[in-house]
Amino acid sequence: MGARADREVEGRDGTPVGRRAVLGLLGLGTAGVLVGARVQDKVAEGLAPISAIDPTGLSDLVPGAGRFRIYTVTGDLPEMARSAWRLRLGGLVDRPDTLTFADLTEMEPVGLTADFQCVTGWRVADVPWKGVRLSDLLDRAGVQPGATHLRLTSFDGVYTESLTMEQARRPDVIVAYEMLGGAITKAHGGPVRLYVAPMYGYKSLKWLDGIEVTDHLEPGYWEHLGYDVDAWVGRSNGRDDEPPEVSGS
Amino acid sequence: MTAPARVDTLVGDRLVRFDRAERWLHWINATLVLVLIATGSIMYIGALSGLVGRRLLVRDLHVWSGLLLPIPFLAVVLGRWGRGFRSDCARLGRFLTDDWRWFRRRERRFGDLRVGKFNAGQKVNAILVAGALPVMFGTGLVLHWARSFPEGIRTGATFVHDWGYVALGLLVAGHIVKAMADPVALHAMRTGLAPARWAKATHPRWHDEVVGEPTADEPDEAVDHAEPGDHDHEGALDPAGGVASPTPYDGARSDQP
Repeated sequence: MGARADREVEGRDGTPVGRRAVLGLLGLGTAGVLVGARVQDKVAEGLAPISAIDPTGLSDLVPGAGRFRIYTVTGDLPEMARSAWRLRLGGLVDRPDTLTFADLTEMEPVGLTADFQCVTGWRVADVPWKGVRLSDLLDRAGVQPGATHLRLTSFDGVYTESLTMEQARRPDVIVAYEMLGGAITKAHGGPVRLYVAPMYGYKSLKWLDGIEVTDHLEPGYWEHLGYDVDAWVGRSNGRDDEPPEVSGS
Repeated sequence: MTAPARVDTLVGDRLVRFDRAERWLHWINATLVLVLIATGSIMYIGALSGLVGRRLLVRDLHVWSGLLLPIPFLAVVLGRWGRGFRSDCARLGRFLTDDWRWFRRRERRFGDLRVGKFNAGQKVNAILVAGALPVMFGTGLVLHWARSFPEGIRTGATFVHDWGYVALGLLVAGHIVKAMADPVALHAMRTGLAPARWAKATHPRWHDEVVGEPTADEPDEAVDHAEPGDHDHEGALDPAGGVASPTPYDGARSDQP
């Protein structure tokens, strides 16, 4: 049958592929929403060994790969060399202090391995962290009676966070100077950041440069935007994520 | 100034490929989608996130562009300007015998295939985009109002939105590359008009449908076409030039819902 012989009219004749395909895609999208959580876990599991040895970083672009997403609320990534970095420790303490990076690494180190869970849903499994316990820093400065909260600040000038004294003294709350087996990059909040293992990622303040001990709560940056102050993973922000397992010393 | 040109009619030596509403819809939608892809990329790719920063501004731009996305479509479909758009949707949505054959051909333009107003590749791209946009819109709503949805649904929506970003990015990139490769087609989306000679060469079934030549055995009657760009749309629609009579199929299409 010659091509010219056909009397088909475009738009009227032929197979309604479009309607079927669009409905099919809507169905596929809905199915993806319903089972995506499980599929994503499998993808992340499958990719983890590849990402670990992939020098190009391309495998990180595959959706669903367990990877960090970088948030910065200011116009650029704050950058500071380890040698220039200082941590001001003040407020209701007996011995206010300004620490250098070397001061921090001379203290007793702790290593933790725990998941990083973001309140928006992504999670990076088994991230190795190294730093010092926040409680050790507080002991070093000597917390005065009546102190109830901490106010933490970032050298980006905008990001702030808060913790209760009880939360700050947990053994899985650290001031970290290494993660993922190396120095903390500026994208991840280096040279020094907070890591609050049992809470959602926004509590783990990046680009840490100040700890102030206070007698009142001052909600942090994201908390002003509506996120919970007590950000326990799985028990806040209306979420029911699995709390991260913390291992290490 | 002049009556709005109806799609699939002859104006002088040119065919009306897209009416005014379709062109406005295309360029508004293109702007929104490009803003969505750009801001989405900034939030999705860590290296870009660090470079641009301003998380909240980027997020708000993304959310607002996304929320605006259906409005131009609704305006065209629900308003009285949707004639050309609906007619073209019907064309894009149905595969003729020659469309199936198109996929198997290496040489598509100069063979015996009678390609319609849109070739099968354009149809596939349009159909996939038409399916992907509502999926991205829906999952985007879940992500934005995440607190109203259970955890599993939110993770699932993130998963679909991420994969949709990759798929839609490839579709849009393919569309832009193809459009850049054919200046006449690009010009048609700017002015609405395409030279009859181009239509005859690349979309013969459409050309014959509009011009009213059922077979291609007769000599090429296409008038010399001027360089695209030296007429603007309004000028080409001068009443003296005359708007061609409705095509034989016009009646059938006007019955479309």
